[in-house]
Amino acid sequence: MIEKEFTVISDTGIHARPATQLVQAAGRFTSDVQLEYKGRKVNLKSIMGVMSLAVGKGANIKISTEGNDQEAAMEHLQQMLSKEGLAE
Amino acid sequence: MSFLQGIAASDGIAIAKAFRLETHHFSIEKKRVRDSEEEKKRFHDALFSAKGELEMIRDYADEELGTNQAAILDAQLLVLADPELIIAVEEKITHLHVNAEFAIMEETDRFINMLESVDNIYLRERAADIRDITNRIQSHLLGIPIHNPSMIAEEVIIISDDLTPSHTAQLNSQLVKGFVTNIGGKTSHSAILARSMNIPAVVGAKTAFQDIENGDCIILDGNKGLVHINPTPEVIAEYEKLQQLEKQNQSNLDWLIQEKTVSGDGHAFSVVGNIGSVDEAREVIRKGGEGIGLFRTEFLFMEKKRLPLEDEQFEAYKTVLQAMEGKPVIVRTIDIGGDKELPYLHLSKEMNPFLGFRGIRFCLGEQTILRTQLRALLRASAFGNLKIMFPMVAVIEEFRQGKAMFEEEKRKLVEEGITVGNIELGMMVEIPSTALMVESFAKEADFFSIGTNDLIQYTLAADRMNEQVSYLYQPYHPAILRLIKRVIDYAHQEGKWVSICGDMAENKVAIPLLVGMGLDEFSVHSSSIINTRAHIRDLRMQDIQHMIDKVLNLPNAAEVEQVLENFLNKSD
Repeated sequence: MIEKEFTVISDTGIHARPATQLVQAAGRFTSDVQLEYKGRKVNLKSIMGVMSLAVGKGANIKISTEGNDQEAAMEHLQQMLSKEGLAE
Repeated sequence: MSFLQGIAASDGIAIAKAFRLETHHFSIEKKRVRDSEEEKKRFHDALFSAKGELEMIRDYADEELGTNQAAILDAQLLVLADPELIIAVEEKITHLHVNAEFAIMEETDRFINMLESVDNIYLRERAADIRDITNRIQSHLLGIPIHNPSMIAEEVIIISDDLTPSHTAQLNSQLVKGFVTNIGGKTSHSAILARSMNIPAVVGAKTAFQDIENGDCIILDGNKGLVHINPTPEVIAEYEKLQQLEKQNQSNLDWLIQEKTVSGDGHAFSVVGNIGSVDEAREVIRKGGEGIGLFRTEFLFMEKKRLPLEDEQFEAYKTVLQAMEGKPVIVRTIDIGGDKELPYLHLSKEMNPFLGFRGIRFCLGEQTILRTQLRALLRASAFGNLKIMFPMVAVIEEFRQGKAMFEEEKRKLVEEGITVGNIELGMMVEIPSTALMVESFAKEADFFSIGTNDLIQYTLAADRMNEQVSYLYQPYHPAILRLIKRVIDYAHQEGKWVSICGDMAENKVAIPLLVGMGLDEFSVHSSSIINTRAHIRDLRMQDIQHMIDKVLNLPNAAEVEQVLENFLNKSD
């Protein structure tokens, strides 16, 4: 399993468009992908799960990937977060 | 084939399939299912067909409306594939032996309640998405197509009994090519909406909703008020030719978009747009508007089930001001009441809503609503050229109270260190008493905007929604023209300016008279900006001024209209 921590920098947090993008990205991999915020962990492939965390600007989040393509998944998500200006 | 005659409410011709707009509320029953495997299959089939339908809508939105609109649908598509939701529903079906409809409702309701309880506007908007997509899944499970205008995936003409203002927030202006309604008149909301969307409409077609089936081919002639149902190929060909011709005429005037509005003898006027949403501001710019003469703010209050927050309003006003790039924007403070209801405020029904608790009367009663709006406006004023006006002022105390509230909120914001622009404060003239007392008002208000639709209704005491008295809706009646002239003359004496934001401002027959009276600003639907400007440029003020007194002394509207028609024919 790989874990990485990020700080959300997007003004709108991970609510609307960013949530969609993240879930779409996670869905491309077979590994389990989890998002953790304030001690709550959800499936990053579940849009409703991600929405329910209500991740706002400045939030410290943790993403973990576990499975055959865990490295590729983490790398892809990390790239997406920084390219879209969502988190660093 | 057959046809219906209604009231021509918005010009233009549309040819498309009929879409009957009905509102469905699914009532979901809890049932016990024996074969849970079969039930799960029903569930997956519904997800699959909902997905197909939504993808179609999504692709269209992407092409026609841009990626923002499509992104909303992307989120909904992800819900259809949400592993957590699917597992939870499947477990409910397997272990509790409930039907798929009930299992979905329980899961999504829980989630919607959770999202709505969070104090975050983005999340509350997502709750609406979940509700929307849940409804779509249920409609596939139940085999009942939902007549939801946001589900429309092809070009249609909407056929309905009536369109309420709350319907309209969902309409996709790219796909809705026109409206036909059973009830309503030239100035009912569906008519005004159609004109602001720049699509043809026929209202008061009495039996349209009963006579027209979904998918019928419809020709909508908004110029004549005709609705052709399943016309012959010949009729279709004829109308297609007309449509083509209208398009050409329009593009012949396109060069006027960048031009100023000056009469033939060199007097300057301005032609501005009426808008009812943020997006329409861009349309006004595109069509060459010199500003916004009426920004109706009710949509902000109607699109949600609660009052809009100060920040939400601020964003909307700021967006419009920025889009207009320094051109003047007149915002009308909320005009709720009358026929425009807000269900969540639970206002009591009135016997006579048009004479009741509406406009500024309502705002002075419910002060926090107006104060919040004024604060949002004041904060936004730093981003452009903002002017504010109060609707439905009857007596000067109302204007003074509104102005005092405005000054108070302004002072508070300045004390908080917030930059506030220089804002002109004006009022609508819709009630005869204000037109008759305009001398006094002109000393205190910075400008006037005459709402001719209401002014006509109140002066001639004729409910504009009532077809039986629609003959009294007479824009050319000398009583109306005299009131308008008074307002312009006395406002000018005090160095104030006057706009008209009712239908008269774009009425080809009335424009010469208004030019002759020296009206400063014509505020029209964006689709009429160019035509209004072209018309004014063809007129010479000096040719008209001398006939104004004569017109105002005529005994009735018919004779006025005759004189004006003659004048127009002579100059053509």
